[in-house]
Amino acid sequence: MSDLTLARPGLDVVAPANLGAIIETMPLRGMVSLRGDLTDAGFAAALDAATGCSVPDTRRTSENGDTRVLWMSPDELMIFCAYDKTNDVVAAFMEKAGDAHVLAVNASDARAVFLVSGEKADCVLAKGAPVDIAAMEVGEVRRTRIATVAVGLAKTADDAYEVFCFRSYGAYMWNWLTVAAGVESLLDL
Amino acid sequence: MTRLPEGGLLIDRSAPVSFTFDGKTYQGLMGDTLASALFANGVKLVNRSYKYHRPRGVVTSGPEEPNALVNLGTGDRHEPNIRMTQIELFDGLTAQSQNRYPSLAFDVGVLNAAASKLYPAGFYYKTFIHPRHAWKYVFEPVIRRIAGLGRAPTEADPDTYEHFYAFCDVLVAGGGAAGLLAARRAGEAGEKVMLVEQTERLGGRLLVDDDAEIEGKSAREWVAEQVAALEAMENVTIRLRTCVSAAYDHGYTMLYERRADHAQNPDGPRHRLWRVRTKRIIGATGMIERPIPFYGNDVPGVMLASAVRDYVKLWGVSPGKRTVIYTTNDDGYRTAITLYEAGKTVAAILDSRADPAGLLVERAREAGIRIMPSTGIGKVEGGKGGVLAIKPVPLDKGDVAPLGQSIVCDCVAMAGGWSPVVHLYSHSGGKVRWDADRAMYVPDTDNPPRDGQGEAFVEMVGGASGALTMDAVLEGLPVTVASEQPAMPVWSTPSEGKVAMGGKHFLDYQNDVTVADIRLAAREGFESVEHAKRYTTLGMATDQGKLSNINGHAILADALGKAMPEVGTTTFRPPYTPISMGVIAGQERGSLFKPVRHTAMHDWHTGQGAEFEPVGDWYRPYRYQQGGEGRNASITREIKRVRDSVGLLDASTLGKIIVRGPDAGKFLDLMYTNMMSTLKPGKCRYGLMLNDNGFLMDDGVVARLDDATFLCHTTSGGADRVHAWMEEWLQTEWFDIKVFTANITEQYTQIAVAGPNARKLLEKLDGDIDLSADALPFMGFAEGTLAGCPVRVFRISFSGELSFEVATPTSYGLSFWETLMRIGEDLDVGPYGTEALHVLRAEKGFIVVGDETDGTVTPHDVGMSWAVSKKKEDFIGKRAMQRADLTREGRKQLVGLLTEDPKLVLPDGAHALSADGKRTIGHVTSTYMSPTLGRSIAMALIEGGASKMGQTMTIGIDRKTNAKAVVSSPVFYDKEGARQNV
Amino acid sequence: MLLITCPSCGVEAEETEFAPGGEAHIVRADVASSDDDFSTYLFDRKNPRGVHFERWRHAFGCGKWFHMARHTHTLEIFGTYGARETAPPQDILDRIVERTEA
Repeated sequence: MSDLTLARPGLDVVAPANLGAIIETMPLRGMVSLRGDLTDAGFAAALDAATGCSVPDTRRTSENGDTRVLWMSPDELMIFCAYDKTNDVVAAFMEKAGDAHVLAVNASDARAVFLVSGEKADCVLAKGAPVDIAAMEVGEVRRTRIATVAVGLAKTADDAYEVFCFRSYGAYMWNWLTVAAGVESLLDL
Repeated sequence: MTRLPEGGLLIDRSAPVSFTFDGKTYQGLMGDTLASALFANGVKLVNRSYKYHRPRGVVTSGPEEPNALVNLGTGDRHEPNIRMTQIELFDGLTAQSQNRYPSLAFDVGVLNAAASKLYPAGFYYKTFIHPRHAWKYVFEPVIRRIAGLGRAPTEADPDTYEHFYAFCDVLVAGGGAAGLLAARRAGEAGEKVMLVEQTERLGGRLLVDDDAEIEGKSAREWVAEQVAALEAMENVTIRLRTCVSAAYDHGYTMLYERRADHAQNPDGPRHRLWRVRTKRIIGATGMIERPIPFYGNDVPGVMLASAVRDYVKLWGVSPGKRTVIYTTNDDGYRTAITLYEAGKTVAAILDSRADPAGLLVERAREAGIRIMPSTGIGKVEGGKGGVLAIKPVPLDKGDVAPLGQSIVCDCVAMAGGWSPVVHLYSHSGGKVRWDADRAMYVPDTDNPPRDGQGEAFVEMVGGASGALTMDAVLEGLPVTVASEQPAMPVWSTPSEGKVAMGGKHFLDYQNDVTVADIRLAAREGFESVEHAKRYTTLGMATDQGKLSNINGHAILADALGKAMPEVGTTTFRPPYTPISMGVIAGQERGSLFKPVRHTAMHDWHTGQGAEFEPVGDWYRPYRYQQGGEGRNASITREIKRVRDSVGLLDASTLGKIIVRGPDAGKFLDLMYTNMMSTLKPGKCRYGLMLNDNGFLMDDGVVARLDDATFLCHTTSGGADRVHAWMEEWLQTEWFDIKVFTANITEQYTQIAVAGPNARKLLEKLDGDIDLSADALPFMGFAEGTLAGCPVRVFRISFSGELSFEVATPTSYGLSFWETLMRIGEDLDVGPYGTEALHVLRAEKGFIVVGDETDGTVTPHDVGMSWAVSKKKEDFIGKRAMQRADLTREGRKQLVGLLTEDPKLVLPDGAHALSADGKRTIGHVTSTYMSPTLGRSIAMALIEGGASKMGQTMTIGIDRKTNAKAVVSSPVFYDKEGARQNV
Repeated sequence: MLLITCPSCGVEAEETEFAPGGEAHIVRADVASSDDDFSTYLFDRKNPRGVHFERWRHAFGCGKWFHMARHTHTLEIFGTYGARETAPPQDILDRIVERTEA
């Protein structure tokens, strides 16, 4: 079966013209849901072995090259890595963790990720997320909602945010973001 | 044209604008409101009143306008009940008066007015009680046509709307003198400030009442300086045409921005709903002038005195050529002076006070204007053409007094005193206090709205706090302004007959409530202000007490012989002024109205004629239509394919939760009724989940991936709930249990491959999994690769056929599905939808949580005692199932029903009747035509059903028809389970 | 609309991010409990016009349950604390006394 094609999450389409911000569906990305005692040295060692990243501070990100680790809750992290390396990352983590009580699971296909960028990116998100977007710092992770869909927001640069949600909501979220990015209505926050 | 030769701060005389009102085209100027432009064209009659259809004109110059509501726009941009006084004119604007038929000048509804003695307060309550059914078919339709405000639009709104979340330290509501000062002070202190103003201009009354000198500057200079200073501050945001509609708990406020109402074709959203969380609100909302109740105070041309001078100074129009002013205070004299300076005649100033004095009074006297002390308006003469004259009445001669000589005039300016706009204070729980000296309700600073820390978070300043003069409004700044003498409020003006017998003294123009109505309400025992309000509709609807409340409450107090504070005041409700329906929805309309969830094969399903049904937020194919076939044909075809060969079901929506940890088995023993800890790795077990009441809440197959790891399947749409349920117990009750969970529902596309040829189909794929019955027996699973996709294959069946559920990462899902379709062509493979699935499972007697259960059903009730462990010490629901009601005889039990007429499919939910036909003893939970059996089948919950096997039941079909059905086992097909176990 | 601080992730967020979970500190009646005790556990809930200890979950956020002391009438929030606490912490009790007697 050489003609196997992997479908991208979200809507694999080009954004409409005349948007006041850039909305992109991100290509498939490796994601690992990690749970454990984040304060445990063994956990940190396993994370380091698998990713080279440290345990991020509350609602922050740590990174090593293209691999990033996002703080999701007091006992949960999310690893972003190369899609085809995901199982290796899981295996490396589990091996180093040994008998420790942890959970690492490949969740690369479970979410859609969008990049909202441009000078008015914050304004797009402020239309649907009950969050003081302007006060977010680069490297900050905020789980919240857009409309009524649970999302994670990760501020990756001064003018760029990753928005991730469950994959099945991808088409809805894409449509929502592109409507919100209508050029006529974007404000200075 | 009555445009003044000069003046008009807001208009651009070089920019004429053409607009249409009631089909007639007029010219206005850029900067006009619809109201000012109509005045400039000599149009005074703009509406008919709500109840009596009386001719009405513009009363105010702002959002408090009660009368001048119009239908704005045409076709799909039509919007009713827009206040003319807030409509900024643009070229091509089209408006229509409302509440009249066939025209404003000749309105048949005016018959109501002729019969108005028959329409007292509470008229509808009293009159249309009997006969009951007449209300719906006779009274209501007729009343609705005559009454009601405006006309509802019938076409979809082409405009867009949006919401916006914002955060600040200080929200300043109102851009008048007090608001500008407060914003400047907060801005200079470094706070993040939002200053919002409902009109398009900053400065408030200072733009009109510019006789004050502030910090050594003229009022206008001072305003310009404040605006410039604020605009220069990075931490201050100013938003015009934005109204603080509501202040809610903990500093949550709603702002309504009329972003593009002043443009014919909005560029971007027309309205914006701001959802602002602020630490503090400064209410600089100013005051609204009060009308004065007197006979005929609703004739077009009777206006608020402040509005009259607004029109002169802001828009360069004078509502009248010859104006009579009726005042209770010095401020009314400003209108006289303004008109005099604009070259208009002031016929007289009627002052309620015996001895008017002070600087403003002297200026009017110097201008030669006649001042009549202790005098009010006893009667207004005029009609739909407007005011013709007034007759004065002495105010010191009792309730009934002889009227004086007519004074000819075409405009009456009422200066009844000022009421602070305390709505925002009231919205979020603040109390108001009657200030007898100033005759007004002021914010009670001892009882402010409080935030989450219990601290006051709304502060009213300036006029909104009760400051009547500019030096008080700008307390702390050097302000020079004429001092004013105390006012003498008039709540109702004498006339030649008793008030209730004479003409109408209107309190609430919008709701047509008169002084007599309030007195009647008091006599009839509606003594509480809240009751009187509801009985008479005083201050309801969009007025929200803006113009009417104080006068109305004073009348009620007088009628009851009480003081104002004893009567109290009503609570103001948000929104302060109406907001559009569109802005409430924001951008979440049409396809964005509600989130929907799609599986990886969604577009494929669509391409194959799928008709979808919502399951939670998921869209699942209900059936696949081929050609023009009907529903039943599709469903029958899909069922037969599964029974005869092989079908594919998109089962991706099934919840999938990983449960991992040293205590995973122990935990699942608590979560499920079954024993899960004994499950061997590589095996599956069907499990039931109860809530603490012992009732079924979910079910699904649990697979043990390894010693420490389980994969729990949930119902479609149940994943989030079950995951949250597990987490709730782990986080709040059993935090000693070492288990982690992860909801990986969306990680996998899951495909049920079902039918006698299922194995044959899968074996055609390249792969490394032995699918034989020996290697992969029923309720086993295996991992490996099929068709190049990483897969987990479960031998589980919800159709009763040989069945494999194949899970592959979602990105591979569509590819894998298409491969199955292609490679299975010779086996006649095809997709089946949820309805076929439901029939297949019903033929087998499998329950669906939510169909056979309704939140009051135990496993025993549905014949699944086998799935309830007797060995386990505890599980959720175990104790509850021992409660008396859950163990009693005669509970409803799941049975099958076979109708005597095999073609008759019972209605879903049909009731089973007791032997005497008098009582319902159960209901149908699932009912289908079974293509496999060639007859109808149904499942039902029937009292004591298990003991009624073979008995014939009566089932109610509708009010008149019953059907007979025989109680049977709910398993209709392949009772031994031979077909799935091959 | 309430403004709530989640003690687990430290976020101060509006009520729509949270899901209420009823009265706090209810002890689960076990499988050997009497009918009366079990019924009390299942059904008896306080409904005060005043201070209420309650459970909330940061449903759209970190997903964690926590406890909150809130006044049901004034909506004042006296504090939030972890889901594992079996009783309100002293500093919150002190604040309640200080605030409600003021």
